[in-house]
Formats: sequence, C-alpha cells, structure tokens
Amino acid sequence: MAVTPSSLSATVRPLKPKASADDHVMRLFILMIGLYLVIALALPLYAMFSKSVFDSEGAFVGLSNYLEYFRTPALVYSIQNSLFIGVITTVITVSVAFVLAYGFTRSRMPGKPIFKTITMIPILMPSLLPGIALIYLFGRQGVVKWMLFGHDVYGPIGIIISEVFFTLPHALIIIVTALSIADARLYEAATALRAGPVRIFFTVTLPGVRYGLISAAFVVFTLAVTDFGAPKVIGGSFNVLATDIYKQVIGQQNFQMGAVVSVVLLIPAALAFFVDRLVQKKQVALLSARAVALEPKPNKRFDMIMMVYAIIVSIFILGILGMCQFAALFKFFPYNLSLSLKNYQFDLMDGGGWDSYFNSIEMATYAAVFGTIIVFYGAYLVEKGKGLGVIRGAFQFLAMLPMAVPGLVLGLAYIFFFNAPSNPLNVLYHTMTILVISTIVHFYTVAHLTASTALKQMDAQFESVAASLKQPFYRTFLRVTVPVCTPAILDISIYLFVNAMTTVSAVVFLYSPHTTLASVAVLNMDDAGDIAPAAAMGMMIFYTAAGVKILHYLLSRGIEARTQAWRISSAN
Amino acid sequence: MASVFLKIDSLTKNFGSFTALRDISLEVFEGEFVCFLGPSGCGKTTLLRAIAGLDIQTQGRVEQAGQDISVLPPSERDFGIVFQSYALFPNLSVNKNVAYGLESRRSKREEVDQRVSELLALVDLADQGKKYPSQLSGGQQQRVALARALATSPGLLLLDEPLSALDAKVRAHLRQEIKRLQKRLAVTTIMVTHDQEEALTMADRIVVMNHGVIEQIGTPEQIYATPASAFVAEFIGTMNFVSALATGSGTFTHAGGSLDVSADGLKESGQVRLAIRPEDIYLSQGTDTPRLNQVVGEVTAAEYLGAFVRISLAPEGWESTLQVDASTDRAAALGIKVGAPAYVELPPEKILVYPEAV
Repeated sequence: MAVTPSSLSATVRPLKPKASADDHVMRLFILMIGLYLVIALALPLYAMFSKSVFDSEGAFVGLSNYLEYFRTPALVYSIQNSLFIGVITTVITVSVAFVLAYGFTRSRMPGKPIFKTITMIPILMPSLLPGIALIYLFGRQGVVKWMLFGHDVYGPIGIIISEVFFTLPHALIIIVTALSIADARLYEAATALRAGPVRIFFTVTLPGVRYGLISAAFVVFTLAVTDFGAPKVIGGSFNVLATDIYKQVIGQQNFQMGAVVSVVLLIPAALAFFVDRLVQKKQVALLSARAVALEPKPNKRFDMIMMVYAIIVSIFILGILGMCQFAALFKFFPYNLSLSLKNYQFDLMDGGGWDSYFNSIEMATYAAVFGTIIVFYGAYLVEKGKGLGVIRGAFQFLAMLPMAVPGLVLGLAYIFFFNAPSNPLNVLYHTMTILVISTIVHFYTVAHLTASTALKQMDAQFESVAASLKQPFYRTFLRVTVPVCTPAILDISIYLFVNAMTTVSAVVFLYSPHTTLASVAVLNMDDAGDIAPAAAMGMMIFYTAAGVKILHYLLSRGIEARTQAWRISSAN
Repeated sequence: MASVFLKIDSLTKNFGSFTALRDISLEVFEGEFVCFLGPSGCGKTTLLRAIAGLDIQTQGRVEQAGQDISVLPPSERDFGIVFQSYALFPNLSVNKNVAYGLESRRSKREEVDQRVSELLALVDLADQGKKYPSQLSGGQQQRVALARALATSPGLLLLDEPLSALDAKVRAHLRQEIKRLQKRLAVTTIMVTHDQEEALTMADRIVVMNHGVIEQIGTPEQIYATPASAFVAEFIGTMNFVSALATGSGTFTHAGGSLDVSADGLKESGQVRLAIRPEDIYLSQGTDTPRLNQVVGEVTAAEYLGAFVRISLAPEGWESTLQVDASTDRAAALGIKVGAPAYVELPPEKILVYPEAV
C-alpha cells in the first residue's frame, strides 16, 4: 500500500483529552450500573444458552438437546400453537385497537376520557385474571356459555380472548400516538384537491400510521406468544411454548429441555423486537416534522357510531373485570350466588395467604424505588457521559435487550445462574432481593426508553454551561435534570410498580416459601382448583395497581400545577 | 498593542475520516472582540467548542493567558459561554440562573444577591429576577444567558450564534448591547456567526472560515475592502465576478470585451476572475467616445431599496449580469428604466483580481 500524506498523519497519536473529576465519577457509576446489567441479564442468559447444550449430568452434548426437542412431536406442536395464537391475536387486537384509536383521535364522541380510562384497565391486571373470568363466563357452568355455540373455552378460544383483552391497551397506546401526530395540513391539502373521505383515508391516514400499526402488531405478537398466564389458566390441553417451559421445569424438572424451549421462544420475541426497533426509527423521523394538530370536526352520525363501538369494547373489558369481581364474591358458584368475603381469607388456602399480597407490595415498592433510580441514572449517564464510547454502546444494548427476553426465559436463566453452587451470588437465591433484581431487569427497556426520551428533550447545552460555571455534574443533575424530568421519573416508577404487582412470568421460578407473591398465589390457587380465591387475589392486585395509578394521576396534577409557571411554553 | 490572550497553534479536528478543521493558527488579543464568520459547516462552531474544551481537537495546541489548556476539560478552563438556544435552566428563576455559577464558591448569600442584581442591571433586566425563563421574551432570555455567563467574571466570553434565534429588530438592538457591554467589561470575546452584518458591526477582527480553513483574518474594513480570496469577496457583501484572461500590462480580456486594472500589486496571470462591488461601479452619462472601462448594457431590473437603486445590467456578450448601485437621485436624473440602455464605468483601481477557481 502506498503511503499517502493522509495515512502518514493518521499515525500521529491524537490528543488525549484530560478527564475531569466529574468524568471519573460518571465513568465509575456507568461501570457499576453496567455491571448490574451484566450480572442480572447477560450472565444468566449466557448460563441458559450453555445449559441447553449440556445434559443433566453436565456433559457437553452439542445440539443433541435440540435434536431431541425437534424429535418430540408434542413439543414441536407447541411452536405451531404459539404462532397460531400470536397471529390470530395480532390480527384481532390490532383491528379492534385501530378502529377504537381512530374514534379517539378523529371523532368527537362523547365520553372520550371515560372510554380511554376503561380501555387501560387490562394493564392493571395479571394476565391470569381474564382467563379466570372466562371460565366463569364461558366455562362448563359459565353464565353466558351459549355465546360460544358449544365450543370449548378451554383451549385456543379462551387463550385468544384473554390475549386480546391483555394486549389491547398496548396496541391502543401505540396506534393512538401514531394517529395523533397527523398533520392537519395534509388533510386540508387533500380536501382542497377534492379527494373524498375514502380516498383520504387510504392516501393520507393509513400511510401516516403504517409504522404505528407495524409496531403495534409486533408488540402484540410478542406479548401474546410469550405470555404465560392466559394459556396456563385457560389453555387446557392446548400447549404453547410458554407453558412448555413451565411444565418442563416445574413439572418434570427437566432443566435442559426448559432451556431449549426458552431458546426457541427467544427467537420470535427477538425477531419481533429487532423489526420493531427498525420501524421505530422511521416513526421518529415522521414525528420530528413540524405539524399542525388535527382537530376533528363534529359529525353526529360518525361520532355516534364510534361511541357505540367504544361502548361495545368497554362492555367486553368491564364484563371481564366485573366477572372477576363477582367470581371473588360468590359464595359457591354456581350453586350459591350470594355474596361474601370468604374467598378473601387467603390464609386458609395454599399460595402464601395474605403474606404474599404484602410481599408483592414490598417487592413492587423496592422495584419502583431502586428501579427508577438505577434506570434514570443509567440513562442519564449514557446520554450525558463522556468517553468510554464502547462501554456506553454496550450499556445501551443491554438496556434494550430485556424487551426481547420473555419473563419465563429470564426467570429460568436466573435459576441456572444464581442457583449454581459455584456462584458466590447464590446467597441471593430465594430472597426478596433476587425478585427485585429480576423485576427491574425484566421491565428495564420501556423504563429506559422513557428516561432517554425525556433526557433527549432537554437542551443538550445544560451540561456545557454548568461545566463552564465550574459546577459539579451532580449539582446540575439534582437541581435541573431531575426536576425537569419529574413527570418521566414518576411515569417510570409507576410503570415498574404496576408491572411488579402483576407479573408472574419471571418470578414464578424465583419465589420461595417466604417470598410468595400475590400474582404467583393467583396461579397456585388456580392450579389447586381454588378459582374463586384466585380471582379474589387477582382483584386485590387490580385494586392496588389502580389505586397507585390514581395516586399517580393526582400527584402529576399537583406537580403540573406547582411547576406550571416554568413549564408553560418552555418548549418554544 | 495589547498582549496575546488566546493562542491557537496548528489545530486540526477530525471526525472519523472527515476533517472539520485543518491546521488552524490564530491569535486573539486581550480585550478583543473576534468573530468567526463562515457558512454553515465551515468549522467555526467546531473551533469554538475546541477552545471551550467541549470537543477537544485531534491535534494542535490551545494556550490561554500563557497556560497550555489543550487537553483540559471545560470545568478546568476559564470561560463563560452563551448558546443560540440560551440553555437557561427552565425550572430556576432568572435570579437563580444568574447565581448558578456563584453559589457554591463559598461566597456569602448577600454577596451573591448583590452580584446578581448588579449583573441584571447590567443587561437591563433589573426587575425581572423573580420570573422564570419561559416568561421572558427571546431577547430577554438571551440577556439572562449573557448575565449568567459573565457572573463569574471569566477571562474569555464565548458566544455561539447568540442572536440567530431572534427576530431582526431584537437582533439589531442586542447586537449593540452586547458590543457596548463587551467594551465596558473589556472581556476577550469570541463570537461565532454566519451573519456577515453581525460580524461587520460587532467585531474588532473577523476570522472568515470555509471548509475547515481560515480564509482571512482582518478588521471589518480590511475584510470588506480587500478580500483575500474570491470566497471572502463573494461571502461578504455583494460582488460582481467576470472570468477573464490576462494579456499583460494590466489588461484583461473577457467574453464581452476587455477591462483595464490598476497594476498595483498585480501578480495574477493567465485565467483569472475579476471582481468589483456594485457600489464601486460608476453610473455615467452615455458618450459615444468610449471612456476607460466603459460598459453599456440593457437594464434588466431595477430594485428600489430606499436610499439607492440596485440596477441589473446585461452588457452584450457578458456571461452574467452586472449589479450596479446608484443613489436614487442619480438613477432618476439619468433616466434609468428597465428595458433602456445604461452606461457604467468600472474604475481600474476598484477592480480586484483572483485566480480562477480550480
């Protein structure tokens, strides 16, 4: 190769900037939080992958576990079943959500806030709960069993109804966001060019939300394929990947096969995740364009149709919620329908009793407090830190990874990693700490994205100004960054709390007799045939999550009022 | 002559394989107001950020007050900075914003308050201290940012396009105010701007940059009257260009004829670009006996700009139109109107010669 002047100058060592005391401290912290993600995510996943290529005696067997898996028809069927559930759920949920989102953003239907609140209810419930309601509604002695025309609710029908219920709010949030960034000027231009409403819908509306729809489809698909609660409660003999993992591990103690199924389940989830990331990037580009907000015009007939539709969806959601509540209160369904609180005497049943409820609250509180600190501070260090480019890149990757890891897979990975006798961290096994650690990691990605978005919206020069004024970074962090980002910080903590209350998938492998959780109690009581108490405990989770949500709402309102003076128009 | 306060020596900045700054050397004197001027992407902001330590250069040395600060982080340098976005802390009142750099320096509360009101009075915002930034206008916010940057009495004030986000009237007012303040405090100041008017009116010296190199350093008068390169000539003010061929002894031929140029300092030969400013062209009475560098052409446009008229002339054979400025009275007296011919003279001493761009 010829030596050109430029390649000569490239051999001159570039200047090495001197790191300030702040830089050193920030690097230390990012390494610490990074270490947390390595220990709580990367190493367990690695342990699981390696477990899948060893036999039960610990000898390396290459891919023979996988071969055995694919030679077992019962197991391979589950792949097909999981995909079937995923695809059908996705089609139904996205269609239902799109029409509803359209009504929310493009009509002036009365009662919008009420309908919006009702459609968010499923987020506050463990995914086991709709299944229980369906048993009461459509089961062998179901109150409206006739509606299924003789079909059995146990199996794909029950699972799909549950998954649609469970995934609806997630799809709705994404599609409403996509629809509300529409630019009114495009519609005005189309109308001026004499396009009819149908043509406008297909040439303006749909193209505008296509990324939102794709994104929603992948989120719903992933949730439906990886969910464990619904198929466990109402799946009957219809096996899916998620229940297979549970059965292999809890039922047959076949950890190797559990690891293999986990790896198989990781594939669709990871695939969906990467496609979604790709699409999200394009959506951001759409968002950044300056748009004029679209104000829907009143149209009596259209508004009425949309309201009727919203009422139907609301009846579906409230019906399931209400059925759960009655299931919890009936003395002995279906023979004695008088109401009582006897099903709330959890201490008389298996599953940990009231202790598990309080354990859940404790765990959710820890996860919310520590999770918010770790996630927000981590996102801050990634956004604002200097140097350590490679490590910050790796951190960013680890922060995004949990989205692609189903809860059951994470839980199983924890067993392999933290239960290994050679691991000094195995003192954590069966403790509250490991539940908190796993829950924070499980829900890390969404929280991290919320924090990053809020931080990105802040003026990038704050830190430069503070440095020029010789202020240590933590002073600006505490006096400016945190107050400005308070709404996002609250969002993150509520998100972590609610999910910690409702989740069952990761923690089902990690609880101990002293640390039973409410959501696991629902599962175990349902398993033992105590369906009514299971519903009662599920409703306790719902009321707690709903209470916290209301508290969040009031708190946000209060903060908004108090900071109104400086928040108004600080955007322009 | 004041002493050198800031010395930049052979500074180069690479972003990957892209060279944003190439071998920049520059001296700024104590108390001087220097503008970095250039089109977007010319490297002016990169140079400012290197001086601040926000994006440290790949190669080269920066010296401030005799001390080598080349690799120091921003917090170990001595400067105040104002950004185009103001970067005021939205949740802190104006008072707290200005006091931000003062508070932790173990100074007494009363002293801080005293200094803050002093600074706010300095930028004419004495009664606005309790408000939040979002309750102020853009111009007021920028003055708060200035007060905050000056609070710690930095040796060097850096202004990164401080006026670009403001509307024209506020901008003109703030221009004077910043200049007045700078003179009064005698703080060495570097301002980055892409607005030549801003640079010409405010700067003691202007550094014109393009494609990561310095094209010219000089006073506003030098930059305007004797641009060192065709780029500077074109970038600052309006300039007519004509491609021509040197034929020796100060005569150049071009597509539409020939032009004589004062031999004063004439070095170029071969293919060149001749340049002359519209206001240097003399609108004359038409005569049949051609005078030196007389050009006749049809008036294709006449823009009325108040005190003067900008006339576009299309001389026969010329590759482009000629812009000529004449006072409104003179243009009227000579009966200039679109479609009619007009006579102009190009004084040889006003014609600049640049090598043809390759």
